[in-house]
Amino acid sequence: MTTVAEAVAPRAQAGVATRVWRFVKRHALTVYALLAVGYLMLPIAVVILFSFNHPTGRFNYVWNTFTFDNWIHWNSILGIQSAVETSLEVATLATLVATALGTLIALALVRHHFVGRGATNLLVFLPLSTPEIVLGASLLTLFLNTTSVIQLGFWTIFIAHVMFIVSFVVITVKARLIGFDRHLEEAAMDLGANEVTTFRKITLPLLAPAMLAAALLGFALSIDDFVITYLNAGPTQTFPIFVWGIARVAVPPQVNVVASAIFLVAIAIGLGNVFWQYRSAKHTRGAI
Amino acid sequence: MGGFFHRHRGVTPYLLLAPGILWLGIFFLVPMGFLGYQSLQSGIFPDFRFTWEFSNFSTALTDYHQQLIRSFVYAGIATVACLLLAYPLAYWIAFRAGPWRNLFLLFIVAPFFVTYLVRTLAWLNILADQGPVVRVLRDVHILAPDGRLLATTFAVISGITYNFFPFMALPVYVSLEQIDPRLLEAAKDLYASSFQAFLRVTLPLSAPGIVAGTLITFIPAAGDFINAALLGTPNQQMIGNVIQAKFLESLDYPGAASLSFILMGTILVMLLVYARIVGTEKLTG
Repeated sequence: MTTVAEAVAPRAQAGVATRVWRFVKRHALTVYALLAVGYLMLPIAVVILFSFNHPTGRFNYVWNTFTFDNWIHWNSILGIQSAVETSLEVATLATLVATALGTLIALALVRHHFVGRGATNLLVFLPLSTPEIVLGASLLTLFLNTTSVIQLGFWTIFIAHVMFIVSFVVITVKARLIGFDRHLEEAAMDLGANEVTTFRKITLPLLAPAMLAAALLGFALSIDDFVITYLNAGPTQTFPIFVWGIARVAVPPQVNVVASAIFLVAIAIGLGNVFWQYRSAKHTRGAI
Repeated sequence: MGGFFHRHRGVTPYLLLAPGILWLGIFFLVPMGFLGYQSLQSGIFPDFRFTWEFSNFSTALTDYHQQLIRSFVYAGIATVACLLLAYPLAYWIAFRAGPWRNLFLLFIVAPFFVTYLVRTLAWLNILADQGPVVRVLRDVHILAPDGRLLATTFAVISGITYNFFPFMALPVYVSLEQIDPRLLEAAKDLYASSFQAFLRVTLPLSAPGIVAGTLITFIPAAGDFINAALLGTPNQQMIGNVIQAKFLESLDYPGAASLSFILMGTILVMLLVYARIVGTEKLTG
């Protein structure tokens, strides 16, 4: 009996070791992927966690005790509420205008052949390949040299945001337009619809998802922008500018509250989208 | 209305373009002209005069070449770090994630949903001297007992790496996802090992994603000043910090404008060299 057990034991051990090694080898990439996602999530978790902190001193760096107070009294810090409101106003207006302008450019670029197409493509691509600090600086020199026409403030922020969002909208909508069945529009025209009716009834509904995606992207970019806004804001404060100002003193947990709230709304939209795609994928598979 | 569009088909594209192109023209191209105009002015705030002051550029270069070089070194290291960190993750999502794909893509972009400044400030908590990371590193003697992570070059570069990670991961993912799995099967049929198949098939086919990711990571990283300002000290100042301070604090507009031009010019030259190396098609398509 003992001899058998002795003979079996080392082999079983070797088997375990080999199996562990095989498991690691096969799943190394998965383990890495999970670690990488952990790395990406770590600061987000910290932001959310410290929104519930009750800091001992002025600094919200060390965990003390859990509290809901910061969420309930999120606007108790002077200036934070108006900064958040300004951010939302600018983002809404700039997104609407930029989505409209960008969609029109995308339509022209994909649907029409015209003189100056290359130049247009270049003009759309250039702002994307210019560092933000240069975009902000150049716009600031324009405003500084035309102070009699426009003062730095809400509207200069709005102008700047539309400028840098337009290119993102063009790219997003263009990608959708390229894989788009033109026969539907031709069919509508054959049935007697004119260009405007065809656009309203066929093109626009088909473009809506891409426009919505572009608008969401634009809104996120606008609400998050610091560099360009900071240079062109004058005395007006958006939420990122408010954070910059207060970061030199001490960041109160209310800043984490606002950032967490923005994150949770965005992630809810994102998860809704993932779920919707998952369901429609299932649906198509079921139909086939 | 409809009749008008039908009769003037040639005009339609220009009508569609007009509002957007005007906006980009007036608020992107024209300002570039103003930036050039400002960069050649002389004088002290608020009395600047246009005097073809080309010496602004040489002064800027002699005074700030250190910050300029530092910007490109930091951005370069961060870009390489992003590529090395993001590629395996993008690969896993493209080939192994199965139904979890979209969820993991959401994880990749999730940092973008947290305000840039706030997510950078979160690294202050993580890397703080009293924080867990520093404590562990001190215990295992990687850091000296009084060693710090904050206010170091390491903190600034890792901040940039974290903040621009999604810019690298997304294009790499897109190019990996488009690879036809039959190509890999064919490579295996021809007796390639998994590693050889990766090296000879997957990696070259993902090159467009790597090229695009490198560009959209490197360019904003080189102009960044938030990471240096929040996680570094004056010794880690980048060119963005200098430009920003000159515009808003020392009110030296001509100096700031010429530095902006130098930054953009250097990036353009690098772009052209890069385009020569990797080929223009990969750059634009």
